[in-house]
Amino acid sequence: MKFADEFRDPAAARGVLAAIAGVTAEIGATADAPIRIMEICGGHTHAIFRYGLDKLTPPGLEFIHGPGCPVCVLPMGRVDECVALAERPEVIFTTFGDAMRVPGTRKSLMQAKAEGCDIRMVYSPLDALELARRNPDREIVFFGLGFETTTPSTALSIQQAAAEGLANFSVFCNHITVPPPIRALLDDPRMVLDGFVGPGHVSMVIGTRPYDFIARDYGKPIVVAGFEPLDLLQSVLMVLEQIRDGRAEVENQYARVVPDEGNPVSIAACADVYEPRPSFEWRGLGEIDLSGLRIRERYAGFDAERRFAIGYGAARAAVPEPEGCACGEVMTGRIKPRQCPQFGTGCTPEMPLGALMVSSEGACAAYYQYGGGQLEPAG
Amino acid sequence: MCLGIPGQIIEISDAERKLATVDVSGVRREVNVACIADGPLDNLIGVWALIHVGFAMSRINEEEAAKTLEVLKMLGEAQDEIEAMRASQAMMERAS
Ligand code: SF4
Repeated sequence: MKFADEFRDPAAARGVLAAIAGVTAEIGATADAPIRIMEICGGHTHAIFRYGLDKLTPPGLEFIHGPGCPVCVLPMGRVDECVALAERPEVIFTTFGDAMRVPGTRKSLMQAKAEGCDIRMVYSPLDALELARRNPDREIVFFGLGFETTTPSTALSIQQAAAEGLANFSVFCNHITVPPPIRALLDDPRMVLDGFVGPGHVSMVIGTRPYDFIARDYGKPIVVAGFEPLDLLQSVLMVLEQIRDGRAEVENQYARVVPDEGNPVSIAACADVYEPRPSFEWRGLGEIDLSGLRIRERYAGFDAERRFAIGYGAARAAVPEPEGCACGEVMTGRIKPRQCPQFGTGCTPEMPLGALMVSSEGACAAYYQYGGGQLEPAG
Repeated sequence: MCLGIPGQIIEISDAERKLATVDVSGVRREVNVACIADGPLDNLIGVWALIHVGFAMSRINEEEAAKTLEVLKMLGEAQDEIEAMRASQAMMERAS
């Protein structure tokens, strides 16, 4: 039986699933009036589909897939700016592979590379730094992308470049932070959410305190979760128990990796290098206050935005999404990927129209890959 | 990129830049260990850590490392991560 093979401890998983079914029934949630729990992190979205957790849990529990995939929330305008930077002859543009296929208005980075731009996929900003050391006559631009799990690595790389006086290294900073979009979703009257499963690795960096407002100001439970399917199920159970008991707290199911105070070295490096932008555009969600990071004045020399007069704020007109694309609706949990008219026809992982189809952490790609919505419930 | 991957620290390669060599499922690469260093860097040898885009972000124990790696393999993320490391290394070698 597939289920038994896939869980490290099937007996424990069955126990937690039975408890989830029990508490969901106690709450009185049904398929018509479900409890809606948002998993914020794209890694969790991927794990839910991979292990079929949405099929194993009762119909009275609905998973809403959050905006926690940094590639998926990247607006077309930012991709266009990456392409414009990469087209400069003096530039070697370095990026994580995940960003290569995100569609821009004119082209993706993949297409720009095929057309001759010097674009290098790097595993780490450390490799971009090394390219800068080896190519003193070229401008090395690193595309800083991601949530709090990757913001410290870019900050530490900028500090290292400053310490060495590397004059040809800069960062196109599009780092974003997790808590502001959660606040924006909670403020959205069309959004009905009963609780959250919090991101494990983001929290390893920032700790659990930044989520206090969710419980305190909005009265919603949040449980920070690990990545094992059993971690996820346990966290869902903890959220349900809070709802049943009328509690709203920040709980930490992943305490073996996530200290409540986060990682002090990372937090200090980020505070030194970045400041919040007044607002930042998220694909499908629009502008969100204080949700993006930019490089502080003291590191201006390492800021590609200043160096090349390009980037956020330079051309503020938002670029409209492609015709017929429902990314925003999916992103905010209003429709399921399958309900998008482009799903599987105009938009596939090979030829993505929207960014949710690009990365395995995107809800559309996960649905497509694992046949979500078509499979019969597993035993 | 978001999920990271467990690795074991083998040696300190550049103490000044806080760089160490880690073994990630048999692939060796240099990573920054500033975020998990408290005390002499040599104490980190043998330690397991979660590695995100070339930075050790959190110490974990060996059992946690094995469990995490198993899930990452199931998700296909471990293979992607290792492939990205290899591709980056190959690109650097071509460039030099
Ligand atoms: S199927 Fe494609 S276009 Fe439709 S919502 Fe998903 S990513 Fe966007």
